[in-house]
Amino acid sequence: MFKYSFQWNQALKALPQMLDGALVTMQIALLSMAIGLVVAIILTLFRLSGSRLLRGFAVAWVEIARNTPALFQIYMAHFGLGSFGIHLSPFTSLLAGIAFNNAGYLAENFRGALKAIPDTQARAGRSLGMTSLQAFRLIVVPQMLRIAFLPITNQMVWAILMTSLGVTVGMNTDLAGVTQALNARTFRTFEFFALAAVIYYLIAKVVTLAARLIASRLFRY
Amino acid sequence: MIEIESVHKSFGKLEVLKGINLTVNKGEVVSIIGGSGSGKSTLLTCINGLEPINSGKIKIDGTEVHAKSTDLNKLRQKIGIVFQQWNAFPHLTVLENVMLAPRKVLGMAKSDAEAIAVKNLTHVGLAEKLSVYPNRMSGGQQQRMAIARALAMSPKYMLFDEVTSALDPMLVGEVLDTLKMLAEEGMTMICVTHEMAFARDVSDRVAFFHQGVMAEIGTPEQLFGAPQNPETQKFLASIR
Ligand SMILES: Nc1ncnc2c1ncn2[C@@H]1O[C@H](COP(=O)(O)OP(=O)(O)OP(=O)(O)O)[C@@H](O)[C@H]1O
Ligand SMILES: [Mg+2]
Repeated sequence: MFKYSFQWNQALKALPQMLDGALVTMQIALLSMAIGLVVAIILTLFRLSGSRLLRGFAVAWVEIARNTPALFQIYMAHFGLGSFGIHLSPFTSLLAGIAFNNAGYLAENFRGALKAIPDTQARAGRSLGMTSLQAFRLIVVPQMLRIAFLPITNQMVWAILMTSLGVTVGMNTDLAGVTQALNARTFRTFEFFALAAVIYYLIAKVVTLAARLIASRLFRY
Repeated sequence: MIEIESVHKSFGKLEVLKGINLTVNKGEVVSIIGGSGSGKSTLLTCINGLEPINSGKIKIDGTEVHAKSTDLNKLRQKIGIVFQQWNAFPHLTVLENVMLAPRKVLGMAKSDAEAIAVKNLTHVGLAEKLSVYPNRMSGGQQQRMAIARALAMSPKYMLFDEVTSALDPMLVGEVLDTLKMLAEEGMTMICVTHEMAFARDVSDRVAFFHQGVMAEIGTPEQLFGAPQNPETQKFLASIR
């Protein structure tokens, strides 16, 4: 028999707490994206470099990030490094794991975007007297960003959702962590998790819409 | 003055330029004609140092292009080049396309760069298109923009590589007119072209390239009227 009786009151009362958690979630997602973007640019440059070592390093990173579960990546940052005596807080290891994942996916996107820009573009810049760095920065990168913008947005949403894996390494201040703690205390499992899901959904939607708005501003060609 | 002295250039095993000698004086217009794969484009990209050479020398106003000590970025400011594919920068408006190099390479103030860009765009008949993005323009308009973009650096020399070949026949005229205008203004130019009427009307000299060799060079009257080299005769007969 279906005996569960819904009690939304408790869940709604806990809403402010959960929204605080959502802020932490956003904070981790944004930080992990910022780090991921910077590292992805570095990995992309590594992949273009003449050094086999740097290329190999970048390829290995991208391969591991894209072909192993995000959960393991976060585990490795927490328990894996822990076994080498490097103990990161749940916050830091969650951030590190997601940033690792972001960097791998974004680097792959950047590589694709780079391929899509004909090298005659940089050549045209060079023949106007630009250095190769200027041609790259002023001509190639802006076009790359446009191509990579949608994948970047997708990765941002993915990063937000990945933060929920933090509960497995003891994260208890983000939305998933707070929800889990409330659930453990009250056993109103469905209500809390449903509410959390709605909040995740709304955040993801807002991010997607904001990105679309930014894109229409930024890329007018 | 552009001095090309016994230039050899290979891509791997393939020798594309087999000892080219050519001097282009100030104010002169030299057209280069010849079959596909004869090395015409390669010569232009060697002149502005986009491609290295295997032996010989290319000097621009006495500066050796391929010498290690030469600052190529600096040298290229003297030499404008326009390609068959105009390579508009799609993320910038027409005005921004033309302003970019004067600002970033010459370090001009924004207002100065803008004035120069507007002047050159007006010169090629694009004064109405300043704030348009290149993909909203025809190929002929984009090609004229590319010419203005090169001119905005106030080059002493202009190299044109089949700038009308990728255009619809209807649009060829407007671009050729722009080239004619530059020639009449005294610009020193090397034009690789398949437009024989243009080569005949505008050039001081016409060179015929055949398999990496400059088989013949002369005034348009000589080259088109009384070609000496059998390969030139064959080529001209084939395109008539
Ligand atoms: N980057 C390159 N790498 C290898 N081979 C090249 C390269 N560029 C040109 N070639 C070869 O060099 C030869 C000369 O090419 P080039 O483009 O100079 O000819 P062209 O006279 O301009 O011909 P077209 O009229 O078709 O433009 C061709 O056989 C071409 O395949
Ligand atoms: Mg060519």
